[in-house]
Amino acid sequence: MIVQTKIASLSVDSIRKDFPILSTMVYDKPLVYFDNGATSQKPKQVVEAIEKYYFTQNANVHRGAHYLSQVATEAFENARIKIQHFIKAKDNTSIIFTKGTTDSINLVAQSWGRKNLNPGDEVLISGMEHHSNIVPWQLICEERGALLKIIPVLNDGSIDPDAFKKTCSSKTKILAINHISNTLGTINPIKEMIAYAHSKNALVLIDGAQAVPHLEVDVIDLDCDFYTFSGHKMFAPTGIGVLYAKTEILDSMPPYQGGGEMIKEVRFESSTYADLPYKFEAGTPNIEGAIGLGAAIDYLNSFDRKQLLAYENELLTYATEQLDQLDGIQFYGQAKNKASVISFLIEGIHPYDIGTLLDKMGIAVRTGHHCTQPLMDRFCIPGTVRASFTFYNTKEEIDLFISALNRAIKILKK
Amino acid sequence: MSLKEREREIIEEFSIFSDWMEKYEYIIDLGKELKPINKEFMNDEYRIRGCQSQVWLHAWKEDGLVHFEADSDAIITKGIIALLIQALDGLSPEEIINSDLQFIDEIGLKEHLSPTRANGLISMIKKMKLYAVGLQHKSSI
Repeated sequence: MIVQTKIASLSVDSIRKDFPILSTMVYDKPLVYFDNGATSQKPKQVVEAIEKYYFTQNANVHRGAHYLSQVATEAFENARIKIQHFIKAKDNTSIIFTKGTTDSINLVAQSWGRKNLNPGDEVLISGMEHHSNIVPWQLICEERGALLKIIPVLNDGSIDPDAFKKTCSSKTKILAINHISNTLGTINPIKEMIAYAHSKNALVLIDGAQAVPHLEVDVIDLDCDFYTFSGHKMFAPTGIGVLYAKTEILDSMPPYQGGGEMIKEVRFESSTYADLPYKFEAGTPNIEGAIGLGAAIDYLNSFDRKQLLAYENELLTYATEQLDQLDGIQFYGQAKNKASVISFLIEGIHPYDIGTLLDKMGIAVRTGHHCTQPLMDRFCIPGTVRASFTFYNTKEEIDLFISALNRAIKILKK
Repeated sequence: MSLKEREREIIEEFSIFSDWMEKYEYIIDLGKELKPINKEFMNDEYRIRGCQSQVWLHAWKEDGLVHFEADSDAIITKGIIALLIQALDGLSPEEIINSDLQFIDEIGLKEHLSPTRANGLISMIKKMKLYAVGLQHKSSI
């Protein structure tokens, strides 16, 4: 009852005003943006924070003794603290700025992996991982003679829990798995999986790229060893991301890249490295990106996030019900616990054809394999049409999408 | 018919469509009418895998002219393949190598040849030209 009252008070109209791009016309039709899983749009507040930085605060961070350098450093480090609180981490030194989720995973695979993986060791991932949580592990496994093991995906798009328990063994050195599947929308039971992996002495890395825009994440409660995400899927700029890790693990890891900023002392004979988090932040960082990410967190925090999630679930239910009425529809990803992502195919029609015609009608969806080719192979399909919603989307947009989809199907089935 | 004449013909065909829907209905029809590729070439060796759709392409030389047959799993991609074949099939290797396929732009289908589409068409055009280069000095079969 309380939740319902809250939903009623969420003003999507006023939220939409924060995102000027949403009023774009595409081929003379109003844009319907359902590709939030690929990247979200940015609110004015984020763009204004970046503008403010360049107009009033720009200087290199951690370097100058001058006023502006101090202002820029403060803004940059403030963003780190905002991120720390956002995922409820214990220390701000456990927050490493990266280019994005892909960069974060590569950092862990190359730095932690090179030091800790040995021949015969196993890295465990699931069958629904994004390529960026597959290929970095393949590279390091090949280099270190370790084995990449896969937890199979069930027909409903959830992880096979029995198979997980069978494959996760004392040989498993790390479990790397997504919090939410970008293709299927499945919310994985990561807390239980983390506990189980820990019981086998394996570390756990969570790819949280799809989760942070929707769920409130508490890394202490989850007890994950690494949590990675990107700014651009959570209303922040592109090119900024985060690697959270327990500080004792970060301390034990060698630097990933060398350069300025990450050193304590450099001699030609050898160098010593800076303390956390700077040890992993070689070179001038993406200062505007970090500040933009901080602003995106402020923006999200200006809402009741449970209310946003309830609204997104309402959109998911409504869209699923509407789509379910179409002839020949097949959903991919029907796990009980799902985020606002719908992947589907219409019998006899290639997803690219649907995507092309929807685009002509102003509807932006993603088609293809969504960087999850092994998952597509598992379902024996070339790809899917994926609509992914966020809190600035509306039921009216879903109606436009459904009628455009009906029109596309009519053209393609003629 | 020279390449220029063929291109002009295609541009004229497209000029009668008043909206995108008619245009795409026509492309879909072209896709449906495209002569299927010989089954023996529907394999990995002849496949061009795009992110979005896949293309199969085979070429050979006859009386000094290059011929193509191709297919795709997506019907719109197939329709555009039909247009490319309409333009390039039966030309000399030199004509194919030097073609700029500007007509695709003029009929408003340039977006399908953009890398963001990743539908295999760009790679297909490259491959068509590579075939032409390869067949340039090969005797006809």
